[in-house]
Amino acid sequence: MAHGAGGDRVTTAYLEDFESLTRTAGTRSDWLQLLRQSALERFRESGFPSSKDEDWRFNNLAPLTGTDFRLAATEGATIRPEDLRPYLFAIPGVSTLVFVNGRFAPALSNPATSRPGVTVRNLASAFAAHGDLLHRHLAQHATLEKGGFAALNTAFIKDGLFVHVGRGADAGPPVHAVFVTGGRADGAATHPRNFILVEPGGRAAVMESYIGLASGTYLTNAVTEAVVEQGGYLEHIKIQRESEQAFHVGTTHLHQGQDSRSESFSVSFGGAICRNNLDMVLDGPGVDSQLFGMYMGRGRQEMDNHTSILHAHPNCSTREIYKGILDGRSHGIFNGKIYVTPEAQKTDAKQTNRALLLSDTARIDTKPQLEIFADDVKCTHGATVGSLDPLATFYLKSRGIGGVRARKILTYAFAAEVLEEIPHPSVRQELEAVVMSRLEGLGAE
Amino acid sequence: MLEIINLHARAGDKQILNGINLSVKAGEVHAVMGPNGSGKSTLAQVLAGHPAYEVTEGQVTYLGQDLLDLEPEERAQAGVFLAFQYPVEIPGVSNAYFLRAALNEIRKARGEEEIDPIDFMDLVEEKLALVDWGPEIFARAVNAGFSGGEKKRNEILQMAVLQPKLAILDETDSGLDIDALRIVAGGVNQLRRPENATIVVTHYQRLLNYIIPDRVHVLAGGRIVKSGGKELALELEAKGYEWLTEPAVTA
Repeated sequence: MAHGAGGDRVTTAYLEDFESLTRTAGTRSDWLQLLRQSALERFRESGFPSSKDEDWRFNNLAPLTGTDFRLAATEGATIRPEDLRPYLFAIPGVSTLVFVNGRFAPALSNPATSRPGVTVRNLASAFAAHGDLLHRHLAQHATLEKGGFAALNTAFIKDGLFVHVGRGADAGPPVHAVFVTGGRADGAATHPRNFILVEPGGRAAVMESYIGLASGTYLTNAVTEAVVEQGGYLEHIKIQRESEQAFHVGTTHLHQGQDSRSESFSVSFGGAICRNNLDMVLDGPGVDSQLFGMYMGRGRQEMDNHTSILHAHPNCSTREIYKGILDGRSHGIFNGKIYVTPEAQKTDAKQTNRALLLSDTARIDTKPQLEIFADDVKCTHGATVGSLDPLATFYLKSRGIGGVRARKILTYAFAAEVLEEIPHPSVRQELEAVVMSRLEGLGAE
Repeated sequence: MLEIINLHARAGDKQILNGINLSVKAGEVHAVMGPNGSGKSTLAQVLAGHPAYEVTEGQVTYLGQDLLDLEPEERAQAGVFLAFQYPVEIPGVSNAYFLRAALNEIRKARGEEEIDPIDFMDLVEEKLALVDWGPEIFARAVNAGFSGGEKKRNEILQMAVLQPKLAILDETDSGLDIDALRIVAGGVNQLRRPENATIVVTHYQRLLNYIIPDRVHVLAGGRIVKSGGKELALELEAKGYEWLTEPAVTA
């Protein structure tokens, strides 16, 4: 339907990979095989989206959809622990699970000792012990309707992070899943699939890092499904530091039950095209969610954030702040959908989206989309696009800080306002350092 | 130290300064007073190089240099400091980072090395006492969420650390209660040196009870209409500004 030219050819490549994957994977569980098969059918029908699709109208996906991405080979990618060191965080008690080209890499991982009621492992190994649970949840939350990417990911479900926090349990220090694409990755695709379940009253903190140690054009097509049941809490941090030639499409689906809370952070630096979807369903009254996003684009990067929040019950509040810094000829896209059903009275939804354009050739398309069908609600949105505040610039100059230095400090400050909200100092500092080093490029102008 | 000759300036189409003449010598404190709209804040901001104002005529010489020819940051590096009437909030940048960056830029301009981080902390701790603050202020972002009084104290703290040759205080007393006023004035007085000069811009005589000026100037309609000693401030307090701003007097 939305096939571009050559769409059929590309689909054929994915089909071949699908067949070889299912041959080698065997038929562990019938339901999983059926799920993959139906997802593949779905992908075959829909193909990749194009700019004719409302949700993709600002994107130029041709470079992505026109490439034959084949499943990344796990062999041949030799990643050494020291290669990963810059991407890991010194958080006391952190559990680190590393995935190389889509497969769990135990030798590079460092899981913490397990806590009562908490299971943290790789998804491929969870099907045996947690099959029923996965059967109940997998692909029930992240819908296959949207574009072809989630369907494609589902067709290729293989490995990723699995976190299960039982009733009233506390997962303690964060779990950090690191998805590395390395080796000869040109034309390679990975489809990481993560699943997080926090049962009533449970607590978890999960970080996902997507990093590129390969310089070629590769595709990461990730899906995370997270379910937070009544009174539970989830902190979710996604850090995208792919190669700047890579394509990253990631969907995080967060399903929240009554009186649950969540804080989500999405920080993106890499990718030639980066598309983050954050879909939240507030499936009970009294939910409280905070969504923070920060992205930087340079060169010809396309940095796209789509968030969607469904307020379906009364007394829920969401606060969303997304900030972008765009330099060079980069292109930012922000689409923030807030849907309030007639039942969702006393909804308090606040959305802020700001972009800083550092060059005349950088641009942003921004579209807040509030659809409100309840009458007793407080919904606000604000979008600003601009350059540095001249008054703040003068203030710095009046203290002797001029030119490029002043621009760097103020740009850094713009990003830091979001990064400051991250509750782990080592993560915050590392990300602030990345922002700083990216800003070093400003001096070249 | 500072020689202002026939200074005219405007903001957009609005002419605000209409020929200011003022001479400030090292070691002196000058008060610039005047009613609202007289141009006194504009004068302060023009000296610091605020981009909203355009100088249309006249000249300003500072330590033998053409001040108006310098960028705002070059003026600061040459020792000019403006304490803002409305200090700017910069969320995301800590006071410590900001102040160290400023000090290092100024040192660099003077051909000195960057300050050692430990020496910097020592320097700052000493200056914090001047404004009666503890070190916790350092982790906070620049002026973000500060009360009006805290912002003014922060200006004085910055001034104390940066040690300007010419300090210009733009209505630093406005919005301060009496305790904050004492702290701010005390900070200014402790920084007085024979080789430095200060221009205090104020609407009220109150601040001048604490910072005793050598000269007092009254601005009206963008000109200095009267100059005198410190007793002029008291006269203004008693009589108001009207007797000086009547057209018959200024003509």
